[in-house]
Amino acid sequence: MTAIIALSLFGISSLFLGFWFSRKVLQSLTLVFLLVGMALTAADWNQELLWFGHMFRTTNTSINFSLLIQLAAFLVVAFSRGFGNDDEHTHPAEYYALMLFSVVGAIMMVSFDHMIMLFVGLEILSVAMYVLTGSDKRSLRANEASLKYFLMGAFATGILLFGITLVYGATRSFYISNIGTIIASTAPESTPNFLYIGVLLMTVGLLFKVSAAPFHFWTADVYDGAPSIFTMFMSTVVKTAGFAALYHIVGDVFGGIYSTWVMTIYFISMLTLIVGNVTAVYQQSVKRMLAYSSISHAGYMLMTVSAHQISSTSTILYYSLAYILATATSFAVFILVSDYQTGRKEKPENFQSFEGLAKNNPGLAFCFTISLLSLAGIPLTGGFWGKFFVFSDTFNRNMTYPIILAILMSAIGVYYYFKGIIAAYFKEGDIEKIEVPTLFKITLWVTTLATLVLGVYPSLVKSIF
Amino acid sequence: MQSIPEIIRTIPLTHYVILSSALFCIGILGVLTRRNAIIVFMAIELMLNAVNLLLAAFSSYYSDPSGQIFVFFIMAVAAAEVAVGLAIIVMIYRNIQSIDIGILNKLKN
Repeated sequence: MTAIIALSLFGISSLFLGFWFSRKVLQSLTLVFLLVGMALTAADWNQELLWFGHMFRTTNTSINFSLLIQLAAFLVVAFSRGFGNDDEHTHPAEYYALMLFSVVGAIMMVSFDHMIMLFVGLEILSVAMYVLTGSDKRSLRANEASLKYFLMGAFATGILLFGITLVYGATRSFYISNIGTIIASTAPESTPNFLYIGVLLMTVGLLFKVSAAPFHFWTADVYDGAPSIFTMFMSTVVKTAGFAALYHIVGDVFGGIYSTWVMTIYFISMLTLIVGNVTAVYQQSVKRMLAYSSISHAGYMLMTVSAHQISSTSTILYYSLAYILATATSFAVFILVSDYQTGRKEKPENFQSFEGLAKNNPGLAFCFTISLLSLAGIPLTGGFWGKFFVFSDTFNRNMTYPIILAILMSAIGVYYYFKGIIAAYFKEGDIEKIEVPTLFKITLWVTTLATLVLGVYPSLVKSIF
Repeated sequence: MQSIPEIIRTIPLTHYVILSSALFCIGILGVLTRRNAIIVFMAIELMLNAVNLLLAAFSSYYSDPSGQIFVFFIMAVAAAEVAVGLAIIVMIYRNIQSIDIGILNKLKN
């Protein structure tokens, strides 16, 4: 996989380019880097290859996930504007470099074939994110968020490592393909008990990363405290990578011992749905609402994981794509509006900031509405088909109660997503025309249109996955 | 002169598993109960070292070097994590002159 080598080199060179170029140039360079990375990733299409001492496997699934991750990073970079208020204390070159590095980690997490790759990829992704979360050094909220994220992330890594060790103790191998065959060929009576403990600990470690309840408590605070652009990065790139790794682990490697982990994932998915959706209703801040909404979407995706159908991989891919597009759009509009309202309103991140948005900024209000509708799962948007595929997978496994619960929770979701739409269209406010940079505007419209296209022709991408 | 893996094998494997699990649980308890960021940090390191110990034990029992190679990776990554973690703690100390994680509750509203 040449993309991870190329992106690492691009990241390092971007650090040096920061000496000479302004943020605008660096931004376009990073976009070009990511495009090159995507092209290199796609070059391996339809060939199953092993790299780095058989520790890294590229399949069509892993390529799809890598492309999604780079697409999400591309959107985040395209939506990035000045970091902070003054250019003196910000270091755009380093931020872009760190984003490229964490994309490398994310790609490793989706195509690993050896536990070392999973671990190293996860850490490359996370360590870069700890730094980005705390990048606003003077803000106490960002400080707190980065410390919380760091402590929880390191804690989760410890749990994951202990799980890996126990699985190693039981199967004598770190290779994913070997572990699968060894588990399948050993009689259930002679498998050591700590294999199951290991599987559960690994699952818990990864569930921390995708912020599923009851391991979600750090999410809202970290998403809220981090600079919005990096929150966007966390809720798209990190989440997708975490889900790909989780599904690879439980679905492919431990697919043979389905019965040991399915109940855990099953209950956790329902708990996540309830916690995410119900808590989101009470949020005053749009950013926190989006944080809880990202928890609730983890619940929907976990439903597919627990259903464990042949189509589950493509469902997770489709759901992630729809989710990435909608989340990136809503965060982009949120960043514009909250930046505009900073200094004007006491709490620029609350729903009140959006009041009267549609009057002078009909375009922004439209994009925001479409993205929220997609997150809520209203027909004619990508999110609807995402949810539809999740439900049909779950239905094929004959699990009816989770579907009923999930539909109920989607209804609650409609309530809090519509709070944003109502504030934008039906409330009086005094928002003037907000200046939007050209690149930002183009990307915003592209993601909005993509959400609509996905809603009308889901088979367009579903057939690739 | 015995080789190190032979010395490791003189103690039954279950003892290593129990010792590591105990260390790991002490680490988890430390993370959950301590208030000082540095101590929480040490507790996390304890968890990682419990993992290292168990990996080394499994590795010499199975005569398979890959477990010990994993230990090197964990140590290297833990060092990188320490660098970032201490930087975060220093950043917080500069702002509030304290590293008590109880003070950090601005985000709870």
